[in-house]
Amino acid sequence: MPQTAMGTLKAEVKDLNFYYGNYQALKSINLPVADKQITALIGPSGCGKSTFLRCFNRMHDLYAGNRYEGEIGLHPDGVNILNPKIDPIEVRMRIGMVFQKPNPFPKSIYENVAYGLRVRGVNKRRILDEKVEQALRGAALWNEVKDRLNNLAFNLSGGQQQRLCIARALATDPEIILFDEPTSALDPIATASIEELIAELKEQVTILIVTHNMQQAARVSSYTAFMHLGEVVEFGETGGIFTNPSKKQTEDYITGRYG
Amino acid sequence: MEPLDTHISRQYNVELENVRSLVLQMGGLVEQQIEQAINALVQGNVPLAEAVIVTDYKVNNFEVTIDEECNQIIARRQPTAGDLRLVLAVIKTITDLERIGDEAEKIARMAVRLAGEERPKNNYMEIHALGTHVRQMVHDALDAYARMDTEAAVRVAQEDLKIDQEYEGVMRQMITFMMEDPRTITRVLNVIWAARALERIGDHARNICEYVIYLVKGKDVRHISLEQMEKEVREGN
Repeated sequence: MPQTAMGTLKAEVKDLNFYYGNYQALKSINLPVADKQITALIGPSGCGKSTFLRCFNRMHDLYAGNRYEGEIGLHPDGVNILNPKIDPIEVRMRIGMVFQKPNPFPKSIYENVAYGLRVRGVNKRRILDEKVEQALRGAALWNEVKDRLNNLAFNLSGGQQQRLCIARALATDPEIILFDEPTSALDPIATASIEELIAELKEQVTILIVTHNMQQAARVSSYTAFMHLGEVVEFGETGGIFTNPSKKQTEDYITGRYG
Repeated sequence: MEPLDTHISRQYNVELENVRSLVLQMGGLVEQQIEQAINALVQGNVPLAEAVIVTDYKVNNFEVTIDEECNQIIARRQPTAGDLRLVLAVIKTITDLERIGDEAEKIARMAVRLAGEERPKNNYMEIHALGTHVRQMVHDALDAYARMDTEAAVRVAQEDLKIDQEYEGVMRQMITFMMEDPRTITRVLNVIWAARALERIGDHARNICEYVIYLVKGKDVRHISLEQMEKEVREGN
């Protein structure tokens, strides 16, 4: 994997343009993604941060008329995950995603986590049990649910459901996990536990997180990209961005000024 | 550094502007304390010296009040970028201003002691000169802060070198006095304490200039040479 001043890179975005039909939502984005670090994407509503995040697991393929240009190179193999010849299912096996609102399947806790494995053809009970436990432990949920794995996932609290979704993403050993405002529907306590979890996860997986909460970006991330009108205005170490940003637009946004 | 009054939250504008102007008020009071302490010493004016000593509590109150305002802003607003640097610079600046206030009080105490002694022929010219220079330096440092003028901050910081040289000169002169006539030692020691206090005030004024540069440029220029400081300020202009 490429080595840079930022350390090892897990992915590199090069000249990425993205179009919803005729509308260009992302404009020549270049961004390095550090391996086993947390990179936060911040910016005002409609700046393209969620659109950008979704490019990473080819979510936009679901709708006709959407179009990518440029590349997202995923290391160590350097494959361009935007290449139409690459199966999006392959991409999603390597890059998991967690959404704003917890979205468990209408199944049991166990089956929610096992789902991704079953889809990949894992059916041996022993392996499934092991993987489900591992993923639930990884998501700091195991102790709370180990006695009721067959209960319906909807019976969990919001914070627990979100951790279940993280466990579901972890079960297939992804290389990157994308978080799209993972705590905006949660109370402060559940938010803190998800943030703690995200900080722990970076030991094993690279994380990209979109958040409206700037303090959250400041708390959890090592690198921050500020986006505006479909462009990355400024990218750098989080400490630098929040104490001495180099661009006026960034400063105006993070200090709450008229943009 | 963006203008303070451009936040979406107008209340936030008011809070930041408030601490900024409280610092200037505190600075004005401190300047006045220095001036009166020097005058009291030079003129042998005991009531004036006592007034300076009594007034020091006001300087201390400013420090406590401004500190509390800054705590509130940090707790409630979580300032970032230029706003964060303003709050940090204010917290540091008021510590130096409070110490300048203490030094002025010290000078006033020396003034009381010296008023009881025989006055030298030169009427404490050297303290008057050094004191005037130091007071001007504090004034200019606060002016650089008020205008967020980093060039001025560098110029004021450079003045500290001259203050140090002047202080050395005063010391040599005092040593000569003591050698010529040992009966003056008690009196001269008090003069030395006052000169020492003035020299320290110069150091505090330089610190304030460093905070101005941090506030405006986001660069930490403490513990580096004046040449480096100048370079840091000119860079990226």
